[in-house]
Amino acid sequence: MTQHASPPRDNTDKVPTTGQVPVWRGLFARADVRTLSLLGVLAALVLIGGITKPDEFLDTRNLQLVLTQASVIGVVTVGMTFVITSGGIDLSVGAIVALASVWATTVATQDYGFAGVLFTAVIVGVGCGLVNGLLIAYGNMVPFIATLAMLASARGLALQITDGRTQIVTIDGILKLGERDSYVLGVPPLVLVFAVVTVIGWLILNRTTFGRRTVAVGGNAEAARLAGIDVRRQRLYLYLLSGLCCGIAAFLLIVLSGSGQNTNGNLYELDAIAAAIIGGTLLSGGRGTITGSVLGVLIFTTITNIFALNNLQSDVQQIAKGAIIVAAVLVQRRGASTS
Amino acid sequence: MAPEPPLLSMSGITKSFPGVRALDGVDLDVQAGEVHCLLGQNGAGKSTLIKVLSGAHQPDTGTIGWRGEPVTLRSPIAAMRLGIATIYQELDLVEHLSVAENVHLGHEPTTAGFVVRARAAKASTAALLRRLGHPEIDPARLVGELSAAQQQIVSMARALSHDVRLIVMDEPSAALDPDEVDNLFRIVGDLTAEGVAVVHISHRLEEIRRIGDRVTVLKDGRAVARGLPAKSTPTREVVALMTGRNVEYVFPERPAPVPDSAPVLEVQGLAREGEFAPLDLEVRAGEIVGLAGLVGSGRSEILETIYGARRPTAGQVRVDGRVLRPGSVRAAVRAGLGLAPEERKAQALLMLESVTRNVSVSSMSRFSRAGWIDRGAERGAARAATRELSLRPDNPSVPVRTLSGGNQQKAVLARWLLRGCRVLLLDEPTRGVDVGARAELYAVVRRLADEGLAVLLVSSEVPEVLGLADRVLVLREGHVVHTAPARELDEHRVLDLVMEGSPAS
Repeated sequence: MTQHASPPRDNTDKVPTTGQVPVWRGLFARADVRTLSLLGVLAALVLIGGITKPDEFLDTRNLQLVLTQASVIGVVTVGMTFVITSGGIDLSVGAIVALASVWATTVATQDYGFAGVLFTAVIVGVGCGLVNGLLIAYGNMVPFIATLAMLASARGLALQITDGRTQIVTIDGILKLGERDSYVLGVPPLVLVFAVVTVIGWLILNRTTFGRRTVAVGGNAEAARLAGIDVRRQRLYLYLLSGLCCGIAAFLLIVLSGSGQNTNGNLYELDAIAAAIIGGTLLSGGRGTITGSVLGVLIFTTITNIFALNNLQSDVQQIAKGAIIVAAVLVQRRGASTS
Repeated sequence: MAPEPPLLSMSGITKSFPGVRALDGVDLDVQAGEVHCLLGQNGAGKSTLIKVLSGAHQPDTGTIGWRGEPVTLRSPIAAMRLGIATIYQELDLVEHLSVAENVHLGHEPTTAGFVVRARAAKASTAALLRRLGHPEIDPARLVGELSAAQQQIVSMARALSHDVRLIVMDEPSAALDPDEVDNLFRIVGDLTAEGVAVVHISHRLEEIRRIGDRVTVLKDGRAVARGLPAKSTPTREVVALMTGRNVEYVFPERPAPVPDSAPVLEVQGLAREGEFAPLDLEVRAGEIVGLAGLVGSGRSEILETIYGARRPTAGQVRVDGRVLRPGSVRAAVRAGLGLAPEERKAQALLMLESVTRNVSVSSMSRFSRAGWIDRGAERGAARAATRELSLRPDNPSVPVRTLSGGNQQKAVLARWLLRGCRVLLLDEPTRGVDVGARAELYAVVRRLADEGLAVLLVSSEVPEVLGLADRVLVLREGHVVHTAPARELDEHRVLDLVMEGSPAS
């Protein structure tokens, strides 16, 4: 209502902007050094896979498998990227995935069929996110502590529900989604979901007021507050978003494994944080990149696959992952200081 | 026999920061056993000088002599080893450690080099506190549980735990009530009787008269008077030394007095306990009202409370006659208030972001539909707003951190211009802005007022308030002590008012 009082300054909107450079140059400039280096690493990994196990690695089925495995953790990582960009952290994602997957696969839930399972997985995820968000935004709890508490209790509840047993899915519609018959032009439906979540996540972060507020809160919460942004509400929404992603990921995991287990999503929090960080999202907040996070997920999943194909044990994998995180952060630090 | 060399002699000290020459050849002599007072307005170079003295800053040129020997103070530890201890305005104590641990922090009494002898530390701390007249402070208590005055005593004890010859105190009395100030001065008297020298920074002339021996006056990075007798130099002379400026700011022409229109901003009985007393003020469209006062007089607190960033304990704020919800920044912004805060980088700017995004952050709903941002419209509007303020460089896609202080301030103003705000609250608008860019900023503020904004300005630089504002409220320790049109005041009079609290005779 105060806007009509402003002098007519908006008439100058037609001022030419910098958008007159050729499109390809704009694209090139936007594909910054970090993204290019991540793509380089991924290409190198594909090369290594192709050389060490030419027949197995480049097999269509194997590539489909890699992408499918990346989908579950990838969806979680998209939500995590938003939270980290806002200067927060969500340690409970793995536990939420576990809780959502077992709650959605109880005999009682499966009575409601496909929609019942999907709905339950999403609602449990969002509900956990709501608790996280309320504690952090309005209870003034440190995100680390609030989500650590959620990690413990959601895992506990998941164990209580299952009593440690694997809950087999008996709904045909869900099981069919995981089979080759339902692949769309060779792409598994899970991968399509991951792609859609990625695109929507990218658009929200880069093209909407929600994304701007997320970045502003993470970059300087006090400045955001004094600029008139409702910082608390934004924080609440961000943990809701992360919970929603966990719910979707839980459903993907149910499809992938045909079951729900309380051990699902083990250490997802670490994988998602690591993927976001090597992708270029600042752990201190204020800068986030969905593209980088997705590339980070793909890099990790590809490494796991190559190691498995070469019969290397998971201990070696863990060490390699640790080394990659350190190397990526060091490279980025140098890139940041020279630019 | 030759006269004893001074305990400390600094000569020709210069220190520059990007865009500012903070110290421009300052000399300072301090004798053992004296209280040497440093006076000067905000920005005169006092803080920089004591930072050089405490080893926190290295001077660009100049020499420091200590008991007749030239020395280099490479670090705070080096200064401490010589016997120079500094008590900063912002106490640098660790709240979660005990009194004894704080006093001995960094030089704990130890066995075998690393096992802390806690009992010995407590005993020596207790002895120091007795010496300071505060035996009631328990060395085992956590510093965070103590009052501000007690924390000050702990700082003193820490200084004395070294073999100290010179204590630098930066406005030690600012946080103390009169009884505690009396005790502090008694301690200072005891110390000087033992031959310890004290460098005392204060804005309160009556304090300087009470305990000071000599006064050095700083102005614009130079010592304009050295070693004046503290007790006998007339106030008028001191104030004249503090104000006689070399740099003349160019202020825009004041338009004819604003006609008696209805006020846009009305503040009635607004107060925050412990920060400022109930305050009334009005600002009309086209008018600039200035709040003058020293650091600690409650100026920033007043602006932030009007803006809703702090919740008032009493009173109300109205914009165009409508009462604002107290303690809500969003309500204030929606009603048309905009704040350019004192700490631009910490409170206003998103340093990783472009100028455009910094400008548009408060008006995003204007370029978006259902949350979807029209980036072309956003860029265009941000560009128009920054052009209107002649922000340099004329390219709002550059990161805001690459701008100079003055242009960063313009980015903040452009944010509110774009939002279409009615009332602009300016807190120290030229802090960190170099001298050349100030005149331009002043012209911008005046122009915004001429276009119909109501401006409330806070500044510790008296000439700035007098030159820019139409009307001036003088604050002293949270109270308005005087209100007058800016034309009827001069710098001497305002300084008399803020330092003495009553109109000078």
